[in-house]
Amino acid sequence: MLRLPKFQLLQPRTLEEAGAMMQEHGSKALLLAGGTDLLPNMKHGLFEPEVVVALGNISDLGEIGVHSEGISIGAMTSLSAVAAHPELRSHAPVLAQAAGTVSGPQLRNQGTLGGNIMLDTRCKWYNQTYFWRQALGYCMKKDGTECHVVKGGSRCVAAASNDTAPALMVLNAQLNFLTQNGAETIPIRELYKADGIWNKKVSPTAILTEVHIPPSPPHAHMAYGKLRERGSIDFPLLGLAANFTVDSAGAIATADLATVALQARPSLLNKAENVLLGTHPGQEDFTLACQEVAQLASKQCRPLANIPGDEHWRQRMVPILVRRTLQAAADSTGPVSF
Amino acid sequence: MSARDIHGPEAPWGEFVVVGKRNRKVDGMAMGTGAAVYADDILLPGMLHAKTLRSPHPHAKILSIDTSAAEALSGVHAVLTGKDLPTPYGVIPWTPDEHALALEKVRFLGDEVAAVAAVDEDTANEALTLIQVEYEILPFFLEPEEALANPEIMIHENDRGKGNVSKHVMLEFGSVDQALADAACVVEEDYSFHGTTHAAIEPHCAVASCSADGLLTLWSSTQITHYVHRALAAVLALDPAHIRVIQPFLGGAFGGKSDPFSLEFCVAALSRKTGRPVKMLWTREEVFYAHRGRHPMRMHYRSGTDRDGKLLGVDAKILIDGGAYSSFGLVTTYYAGQLLTGPYDFPTYRFDSTRVFTNKPPCGPKRGHGSVQPRFAFEVQLDELAEKLELDPIEIRRRNFQGEQTETVNGQRITSNGFMECLDAVEKASDWKNRYGQLEFGHGLGVAGSMYISGTNYPVYPNDMPQAGIQLKVDRSGLVTVFTGGNDIGQGSNTMTATVVAEELGLELSSIRVIAADTDLCPVDLGAYSSRVTFMVGNACIDAARKLRRQIVQAVAESWEVKESRVRMMAGKVFDLEDPKRSIPVREAFQIAEIKYDTLGATGSYNTPTLGGDYRGGTIGTAPAYSFTAHVAEVRVDTETGRILCEKVWIAHDCGRALNPTLVEGQMEGSAYMGLAEALLEDHNVDERGLHTGPSLLDYRIPTSVDTPELEALIIESVDPEGPYGAKEAGEGPLHPALPALANAIHNAVGIRIRHLPFTPGKVLAALEEISC
Repeated sequence: MLRLPKFQLLQPRTLEEAGAMMQEHGSKALLLAGGTDLLPNMKHGLFEPEVVVALGNISDLGEIGVHSEGISIGAMTSLSAVAAHPELRSHAPVLAQAAGTVSGPQLRNQGTLGGNIMLDTRCKWYNQTYFWRQALGYCMKKDGTECHVVKGGSRCVAAASNDTAPALMVLNAQLNFLTQNGAETIPIRELYKADGIWNKKVSPTAILTEVHIPPSPPHAHMAYGKLRERGSIDFPLLGLAANFTVDSAGAIATADLATVALQARPSLLNKAENVLLGTHPGQEDFTLACQEVAQLASKQCRPLANIPGDEHWRQRMVPILVRRTLQAAADSTGPVSF
Repeated sequence: MSARDIHGPEAPWGEFVVVGKRNRKVDGMAMGTGAAVYADDILLPGMLHAKTLRSPHPHAKILSIDTSAAEALSGVHAVLTGKDLPTPYGVIPWTPDEHALALEKVRFLGDEVAAVAAVDEDTANEALTLIQVEYEILPFFLEPEEALANPEIMIHENDRGKGNVSKHVMLEFGSVDQALADAACVVEEDYSFHGTTHAAIEPHCAVASCSADGLLTLWSSTQITHYVHRALAAVLALDPAHIRVIQPFLGGAFGGKSDPFSLEFCVAALSRKTGRPVKMLWTREEVFYAHRGRHPMRMHYRSGTDRDGKLLGVDAKILIDGGAYSSFGLVTTYYAGQLLTGPYDFPTYRFDSTRVFTNKPPCGPKRGHGSVQPRFAFEVQLDELAEKLELDPIEIRRRNFQGEQTETVNGQRITSNGFMECLDAVEKASDWKNRYGQLEFGHGLGVAGSMYISGTNYPVYPNDMPQAGIQLKVDRSGLVTVFTGGNDIGQGSNTMTATVVAEELGLELSSIRVIAADTDLCPVDLGAYSSRVTFMVGNACIDAARKLRRQIVQAVAESWEVKESRVRMMAGKVFDLEDPKRSIPVREAFQIAEIKYDTLGATGSYNTPTLGGDYRGGTIGTAPAYSFTAHVAEVRVDTETGRILCEKVWIAHDCGRALNPTLVEGQMEGSAYMGLAEALLEDHNVDERGLHTGPSLLDYRIPTSVDTPELEALIIESVDPEGPYGAKEAGEGPLHPALPALANAIHNAVGIRIRHLPFTPGKVLAALEEISC
């Protein structure tokens, strides 16, 4: 079995204690939520923290609260709890669906929403053992300088692989962090940046505490679509979240689409969204608009050879995933998975 | 073969009591509750942990190895390099081309170079980083064509002009060219298989311990204790009488634990060197490097029939990518051709197969060794012939059925053959007659058939001793202990031996204990490979149990003063058939017999009859019986995504007689699952650097339960005249048709012929585009 490197494990009982520990140890420390990604990555030598601050003993980080201002979800809520929660399934189904497609059942019980939001980017040249990476000559994300995806590339293009990120983006979620400056709220749409080495604008020492989802307007239509090789376990080869609302006349008033598993940053498909406005789900104008959105998305989404799987096939699947996910949103039949 | 080897398929007491029942596995509760002790569960006082240093290069000369810093590290007890164990070995005695640790060069990325024993795993791992190896990089070949084109750069140095050829076999039976020239219908195409691995859930693990008086004990996750025993004696230059090899509970093997492996020699040598017990557990990544999985093959097939679809000749040319070492490759090269000659009769046949060394993890035996790939090619080609002839694909298979009690074109004796019943069963269960050709575009059915050996006549080292041996020990408590060298690797061989002995002695399964795969305690068995255990060990069990039964019946009859024919053993009791009130517990009967015959016990053996064609290689692929299988697969093809959804597979398998139907069904379903996985998902591959593309169970994708179709097992019992109660194998045969049946179903669904595995969605889309042009 691969061995975990040696580290000091700290298990704070309060958020304040956790914050103090992160301040004290700074870049030598890493946060552990469910550990389903961090621990294998540590076994692969991808992270070598001296101190691991485990959040599992902090009691109030695992609650889901429903109130007039929306739904708040503690960062330590398990992905299976998010997937199963009745309020989330009815008011934010795109999130429940996305959480329900992460990995397999056991890992969803252990893995957390916060952990998925803060997931490290993935790349087939990076998520490997130390021996393997040594034989390769390493890569720029860890221990090396070269990029094996984009030859001569100067920026890491490891892929954001968190299914819940695009779902929360189309829901306009706000994230509460405890940073060294105290509590900070950041819209998830502003969290990520296009740098595969660390694709978040917050520091790795910032503790994600809560996810807040604003109330969705009535007549919201949502779905999550996931391309993957198997029906379980796998990280996305492509993920797409869709959320649109219709007005009283049945025309689409707002539309949000976001993708993941392309490059370092999950991204909104702004251009494509506009095409849907004013069309009527269930009618031909919507079907035609979906096709146009699919074509626009194909131009905007360029899968790279950064994660396993045939990138040419992934490219061909962009319009199909878009079309099927939009249709599933209109028909409330998500998630889409193939 | 002698009289002891054929016992007739009938029930020993007129009707079967234990055989044919859905009894629990004798070790099922231990495995289900986690009580079972696997190799890695073994902890011995003072035990050290060992780790392996591996080559980061696909092909390189070792110029020097400096282990001094590693040896100086606190906590390190010993370091080994190739020079410590210079004797080469190989599971096939004619091709000893492996070393416990690389001696002069490394031949693939991941090849073993050095081993360290230390107080714990972390110290051993740290020591590995302190070993300095100086390499001279050599050109490397990842494709067999490249290796063949560069014979001057030899992966294995030889002066026999073989270049990088590992083995070449060319055999022709009858005049194929003439037959095909006369054929009314000929199909000639290329097919390929990409390479897959076993992915057993338990990684390889070995623990060695040396006693002060020089006895070496090795616990290893092996499926062939006996060959490990022999190889250890040779490589460690020890008297085999001073070596004991034990196989603990095993977490799956599928052929991947058939070779002697580096870790077994290393822990043994390290234990001798340090005087301490030593354990080595490989990581999942290391298991991918040890590999021995299914060979990639490029296959060119040309087959022809007459106007009615009767096969006239089959011509095969096969290029086999062997990876870095021979392993079982000599046998693979033969099996690729020899095992195709049923269930269909073809009057002429030629195969020309060449196994080539490449700088990749070595290939070897995987469930359906050597024959799954050619079977795929041929069964797809047969479908193509049926299409050209406008024949129903089941009908063309029926027309070519070879029959029972016959001989194949390459001289193999066929005894029982239930293939026609297999075809009938899948045809009926799938409602083929009403549905084939009637389904909408995108939805299809496909059929394929196969044959597989039930044991092999060819022991890997030639000898005339029995291939299977059994010892029975009788206790005054009523317990019978079965000692068998047979390896239970999860397939249920311990349950099989207990079932046979229980049937013969009229015992409850709970009154039988099985001690297996311990070379000190158990008579030699050649191990769990070639689907030999039920057939051979089962027959040896009958042989032993009948000897014992005779004594018990005689003693009881004498004591009761009745004829022996009146004494019946059943359900743990012995009673008088003509006076059923006269009944004693079996323990009393054992005691009566012990008074008469002294301490009770019996041995039994099995050896194969002399069979096989009278030509070089004629005994390879020869078996005392063959199993037969037919599958019908039902698929839906998503023409937009290229995704193939296999909805259902009907598996009909002729296993002779099902000694335990639940275990037979488990093997049938597991086989089909594995075959489908190889067709749709799994790909054991290295990239252009020689780096494995994903040595983990995240990236090497074995199907989950949600990826697995409904599997319906249909047992066909042809009752073989020589199998134990008529039984044949069930562990490997049922895998074969999975891949071609799926390919044929895809063709039926959307009209594309995919001749190159795996059936990835990208390949499906490309093929769909080609036919729409």
